[in-house]
Amino acid sequence: MSEDVAGSLPTPEDVLPNVPEGAPLLEVKDLKKYFPLTQGILFKKTIGHVRAVDGVNVSLRRGETLGLVGESGCGKSTVSKLLVALEKPSDGQILYKGKDVAKMGGRALKQYRREVQIIFQDPYASLNPRMTVGDIVAEGWSVHADIAPRKGRLQRTQELMDRVGLNPDFVNRYPHQFSGGQRQRIGIARALALQPEVIICDEPVSALDVSVQAQVVNLLEDLQDDFGLSYLFIAHDLSVVRHISDRVAVMYLGSIVEQGTASQVYGSPSHPYTQALLSSVPVHQPALRGLKERILLQGDVPSPANPPSGCRFRTRCWKAQDICAVEPPALVDRGQGHPSACHFAEAREVVPVDVE
Amino acid sequence: MTDQQQKDLQHDEVQAGTTTGLAAPSVDVTSSRQNSLWSDAWGQLRRSAIFWTGAVLGVIFVSMALFPSLFARGVDPRDCDLANSKGTPSAAHWLGFDQQGCDYLANVVYGARNSLLIGVLGVLGVLLLGVVVGAIAGFYGRLTDSVLSRIADIFYALPLILGALVLLRVGPSTGLPVISERGPGAVAVALAAFGWMTAMRLVRSQVIAVKSSDYVAAARAMGASDFRILVRHILPNAVAPVLVYATITIGVLIAAEATLTFLGVGLQPPAISWGLQIAQGQSLLRTAPHLVLFPSIILTLTVMAFILMGDALRDALDPRQRS
Amino acid sequence: MTILPTPAPAPWGSAGAAPLLDVEDLHVEFRTRSGVVNAVNGVSYTLAEGETLAILGESGSGKSVSAQAIMGILDSPPAEITGGKIWFEGRDLLTLPAEEQRLVRGPGISMIFQDALSSLNPVYSVGFQIGEMFRAHRGTSRKEAKQKAIELMDRVRIPAAAQRVNDYPHQFSGGMRQRVMIAMAIALDPRILIADEPTTALDVTVQAQVMDLLKDLQRDTGMGLVLITHDLGVVNEVADNVAVMYAGRIVERGTVTDVFSNPGHPYTEGLMSSVPQVESDGGRLVPITGQPPNLSAIPSGCPFHPRCPRRRLGAQALPGRDCAGDVPPLRLVVPGREAACHYSEEVLGV
Repeated sequence: MSEDVAGSLPTPEDVLPNVPEGAPLLEVKDLKKYFPLTQGILFKKTIGHVRAVDGVNVSLRRGETLGLVGESGCGKSTVSKLLVALEKPSDGQILYKGKDVAKMGGRALKQYRREVQIIFQDPYASLNPRMTVGDIVAEGWSVHADIAPRKGRLQRTQELMDRVGLNPDFVNRYPHQFSGGQRQRIGIARALALQPEVIICDEPVSALDVSVQAQVVNLLEDLQDDFGLSYLFIAHDLSVVRHISDRVAVMYLGSIVEQGTASQVYGSPSHPYTQALLSSVPVHQPALRGLKERILLQGDVPSPANPPSGCRFRTRCWKAQDICAVEPPALVDRGQGHPSACHFAEAREVVPVDVE
Repeated sequence: MTDQQQKDLQHDEVQAGTTTGLAAPSVDVTSSRQNSLWSDAWGQLRRSAIFWTGAVLGVIFVSMALFPSLFARGVDPRDCDLANSKGTPSAAHWLGFDQQGCDYLANVVYGARNSLLIGVLGVLGVLLLGVVVGAIAGFYGRLTDSVLSRIADIFYALPLILGALVLLRVGPSTGLPVISERGPGAVAVALAAFGWMTAMRLVRSQVIAVKSSDYVAAARAMGASDFRILVRHILPNAVAPVLVYATITIGVLIAAEATLTFLGVGLQPPAISWGLQIAQGQSLLRTAPHLVLFPSIILTLTVMAFILMGDALRDALDPRQRS
Repeated sequence: MTILPTPAPAPWGSAGAAPLLDVEDLHVEFRTRSGVVNAVNGVSYTLAEGETLAILGESGSGKSVSAQAIMGILDSPPAEITGGKIWFEGRDLLTLPAEEQRLVRGPGISMIFQDALSSLNPVYSVGFQIGEMFRAHRGTSRKEAKQKAIELMDRVRIPAAAQRVNDYPHQFSGGMRQRVMIAMAIALDPRILIADEPTTALDVTVQAQVMDLLKDLQRDTGMGLVLITHDLGVVNEVADNVAVMYAGRIVERGTVTDVFSNPGHPYTEGLMSSVPQVESDGGRLVPITGQPPNLSAIPSGCPFHPRCPRRRLGAQALPGRDCAGDVPPLRLVVPGREAACHYSEEVLGV
């Protein structure tokens, strides 16, 4: 596609060499992000920190979809901002193809920003209302001029629009002339234009109507198959995450409490929070109605500015013992076949099994 | 099925867009040209009656300022005869005479140059200061914003006329190029120096709103530079409300010039401007109302011309307003 | 922790005799500068005592507008009720003068909304706002109203109600604010509660708490509950009966068990197959093609036909049943099930 830019220019592979097969493409190690809480107008005094992300470890392999689920305020959106370098981590590392993103300079960072793209939740806020669809999709090429030579850009734009299921004739239209689902396709085309390796999908279907959600989910799956993309799929909708993800990580109050393949996490959740979360999701099959036991959690999520000592979940947990207040449980395999951050991890089936 | 139904069906399917049936991309390039915001805005302006009304009026007044002799029916505004003092309009002298017995039509026409110069230069100054300072304050935030916003607050505390009055009073003693000679340039500078704050606040608040939007985050995540983000994303979205404010301000500044003249620090006779005419005419309102009436009408029409153009431009720059 | 079994659904039409609420052929239009938007085009349903009726639909299906019409809170203009009857307590609300409508509705029908924060006034304490219901409608004294507010906050399970009664809305979490809204809605013991996407803005664990609360309150008071939602799962777990709306019309109606096990309208069928389920990772989703219709240009005939995989046009159609030309009426297809599709029998497989 970019044969004419070879020659003397460095190729992407020179800047960020590819990782060997099977090694993680993106690795997050003990990632932390604290936002200072300040007081005062002119002379700001830091009076504490909101621990939005507090020790997250995940990895993403090529062609894989990792689902990151959690409720509002658990820090999952901050993780997405950290991953696309819109925020700087307070501590910990993001390794991309083995290199620390925080230590990347000039060219490597630019290449990283090309290879790791983001799709936002709100298709109404994520497109500049004063730019045509063509300009929006092609914008990345003005920044990364080597991807598409200036001459063929219009045609490339139209090809991309066609690829994501938009009528290529609409290249000169403005975002407000499209429906929510179509706008989300524009956002996907904008990300695809840079030929990324990884796409961070931050609640990409939450704002869409149910009948349109499936179209976008299917499109994302097709694009993954065609281009070998890796997705970090961040969502609060556990059903969508189960459908699209190979592996799933569950987040609570800034850290990951359970991680495993989709069938491990949904089929035999072992962390009490995961169990409560899954038991709250309504089932769709009438035959399963009433068969499910509901675990109702008491109270609200504690403030991330002042999280509980030890295990974050202990204030709402029915299994909590003295040890939970003292020792934060590590995210390790406790005999369930997948890691769980609970001292008393125990697999339990909370989602009724499909009867069909 | 009737033709109408078939057409509806087709229409609905187009509306629906293609779905995820993903064939290999085979695209015929149907439009060889890619539109931009500005070309679309021009296409919209061309079809706007409001814009053309404003533009025609604007062209008339600008040519009045450039070639006054064409509009003054060949009369020299300084060719006066005291015998005609305060003469009322007649077939030969459409707008009558002023107190000195000078042809008033010629005077009003010759006043266009100074008044427009002050209005337009003043607003350009306001826009320049307002957009630059507002964009910097909004975009960089934190300390920069605090400092610039407090400076704007200090300027707000000074009334426009008072500030301009002081500047024009001390101007001649400073020896600075434009300020020291009391011409339209000095008046425009004085008015801009004390009138930029509202434009700055408008731009600042818009920039702050747009800066935190997802599409700016998307551009940033792509690696776009600050300059690119400012020029491509933030300013086009932030400038529209300022444009409308600017067109109204042209009229405010032309009127402010009249006040400064009245206070003895604006343009002074024998200079000719609408502000001077209105100021001088006020004392004769009972005996010769036409001396206030005619320059006021022209001033109002001028301001209207700019407001109409500004309004049309704002709508044209907002794709959501288009049908 | 409590483990609660989900209550068994009441069968279709079994709850009570005379309906509490009877909506007949309701039409609502919005007259805007760019044309007439036909938001509700002939909606009819009844609600019995103790019944939970889910109105299921996507945005723009008219589900919220029809509820606002019942509540009399449509902004008019641009909205206008152009036809239909709303029977409540033996009277057609739409024929009553505005003042009388308020008196009838006020204590009888109440509503809760998706966005609890913007429905509460930020400058008054929640206790004052709940108590306001008693002061305004019953003339209760200030002190007594506060006492009632505490009782209600207890009833909607807000912990430490007596201490929190003087707190302001921003001091509550999203779930607690929705409880405050529910407390206000049930203050006057309404016969009908309309819940418009009550849990859409809430997290799933909080959603479960709020839905349980609503079910318990309904069991205690026997009120009728109209649940407006786009969430198939919520409908399945909470409602007795469901009315599926599309383009301002009801396209299918029946008990939740019947409709969800075997949909009788292609739109319902499409919805079921396009939504992933938590209980299975399933195969590929089968989306409904296209976009929801533009309400100022609703397709001719069956409004769903441009997106319908089962549509029959022209020569394929049976006489008088051309999907693009003939509007399918909502008709009884099999006992207990109504659908607005010319070929509903095929969809049902009967």
